[in-house]
Amino acid sequence: MTMRGMDGSTAGAPLEGYNFAYLDEQTKRMIRRAILKAVAIPGHQVPFGGREMPLPYGWGTGGIQVTASVIGPDDVLKVIDQGSDDTTNAVNIRRFLARTTGVATTGRTAEATLIQTRHRIPERPLREDQILVYQVPIPEPLRFMEPREPETRRMHALADYGVMHVKLYEDIARCGRISTAYNYPVLVNGRYVMAPSPIPKFDNPKMDRMPALQLFGAGREKRIYAVPPHTEVKSLDFEDHPFEVQRWDACCALCGAGDSFLDEVVVDDRGGRMFVCSDSDHCRERRDAGHRGPEPEAVGQVQEI
Amino acid sequence: MTNETEQPLLRAVGVSHWYGGTLGCRDVDLDLHAGEVLGIVGESGSGKSTLLACLSARLRPAAGRVLYRTRHQGTVDIYGLGEAERRLLMRTDWGIVHQNPRDGLRLAVSAGGNVGERLMAVGARHYGRIRETARAWLERVEIDAGRIDDRPDTFSGGMQQRLQIARNLVTQPRLVFMDEPTGGLDVSVQARLLDLLRGLVADLGLAAVVVTHDLAVTRLLAHRLLVMRRGEVVESGLTDQVLDDPQHPYTQLLVSSVLQP
Ligand SMILES: Nc1ncnc2c1ncn2[C@@H]1O[C@H](COP(=O)(O)OP(=O)(O)O)[C@@H](O)[C@H]1O
Ligand SMILES: [Mg+2]
Ligand SMILES: [Zn+2]
Repeated sequence: MTMRGMDGSTAGAPLEGYNFAYLDEQTKRMIRRAILKAVAIPGHQVPFGGREMPLPYGWGTGGIQVTASVIGPDDVLKVIDQGSDDTTNAVNIRRFLARTTGVATTGRTAEATLIQTRHRIPERPLREDQILVYQVPIPEPLRFMEPREPETRRMHALADYGVMHVKLYEDIARCGRISTAYNYPVLVNGRYVMAPSPIPKFDNPKMDRMPALQLFGAGREKRIYAVPPHTEVKSLDFEDHPFEVQRWDACCALCGAGDSFLDEVVVDDRGGRMFVCSDSDHCRERRDAGHRGPEPEAVGQVQEI
Repeated sequence: MTNETEQPLLRAVGVSHWYGGTLGCRDVDLDLHAGEVLGIVGESGSGKSTLLACLSARLRPAAGRVLYRTRHQGTVDIYGLGEAERRLLMRTDWGIVHQNPRDGLRLAVSAGGNVGERLMAVGARHYGRIRETARAWLERVEIDAGRIDDRPDTFSGGMQQRLQIARNLVTQPRLVFMDEPTGGLDVSVQARLLDLLRGLVADLGLAAVVVTHDLAVTRLLAHRLLVMRRGEVVESGLTDQVLDDPQHPYTQLLVSSVLQP
């Protein structure tokens, strides 16, 4: 057994009285079949007979069921929420999966074989031997324009996607630019329009031709979809309003990164603010490698918030 | 005006439809040539909307065929097409103006977005050009281009109908289906809309099928008329002929009750 980093835990025995990863084997097989179908048709939403999980919807039950169906005893699990491994949501999900499987956990992207995420894609490029599982609240990208489910199904079947550009048109008409910043719609493999889940559009380019397998689970709506490794993922846009990612004037105050997604955080009770990497593992990795931002000593303050 | 030797643009052969045991329409034959406006009249429940839905690829008839002469692929049976081809036809070559603008507009989307949707659906990806085209169409249907970013639920009934028309004509269709386009509007608003429609149909050389229970509408718009009663066509001919010299007793009744109040 090996330690998997500072905040990691070693592999151990799963909890007595539960099946491995909580779900029974029949349910896992059913979910795996849906995953295989989703991988075969990149970006296409596949319904699955989801199970009730001991967590409320909105806590990532779709992602957990996908993770529970693909996890094996040798996996090393990382769970992130908004780029952090330490939020209540991330801690609860990691604890649940670790207890019911006994697998090792880690905070380090580089060490993980399986990463469940809400709201971010790690900054460190993912590899072919890794799987990224997204928690999805609303899987249907056409929902905003077309509430009728049979109609959205037909629109996907016929690649009848004009309304997606109507939505972007409305953005520009209202704000002078495409103001959609999260869950920015993408076209997968030149065929299906897909909701990337509420990640910032900053992360969209990482999905394009990613070497890792990307799996998406929506618990409430019982849908699974996937982007297989090395698949084209294109963000929708107009010729004269091309897709752009968020940019900041500042760099990370702790590690000096100028190319990572930054969060603005309050650092003291006098309203002092700074920008720091949203991906805390990435920031730590950079600092460990000797990178320094303008306020490197603020690490402790930031972590207390 | 119409070329006798030219194939019709739209042809219905023996079109019949039932809703369970209720007759919608029965055994309707019709030809519509390019640039021609056909009026369908008859009292409420006579099968006009059913026939229009069958003609416009929205309701597969229980029997009969609907043939359409396409721009590039000759004449096709519209219910023999795959759904993808049928939808493409509907949003490029055809327009449908619904009686209730709520059925034909996206009320939560700006006027410009409503007009631009068909362009985007067929691949337009230049925001500036889509917007310019939308602006030009708003002006063409007499909507102040300054309202391009307003939602249609802030528009009057007459403006909503004109917006529906712009939304349909933006892809320069050859054939437009209209179900009671002036229904529910005030008389003065109706007159303005009819004027506009007449001008557009003539300028663009559009063919149209217009369903109405209002004979005055057909007098202004339609070249030819079909009179329906209990799901069947009882009389057809040039509009002036049918209205001035009706042959069928039912048509005579319609004309006398409407035109001589
Ligand atoms: N969706 C439907 N379901 C059942 N019956 C219908 C339906 N639509 C129309 N009908 C019936 O079909 C007949 C023709 O109706 P319709 O085509 O709407 O006539 P019109 O447009 O001339 O008023 C009427 O008897 C009507 O009640
Ligand atoms: Mg009707
Ligand atoms: Zn940093």
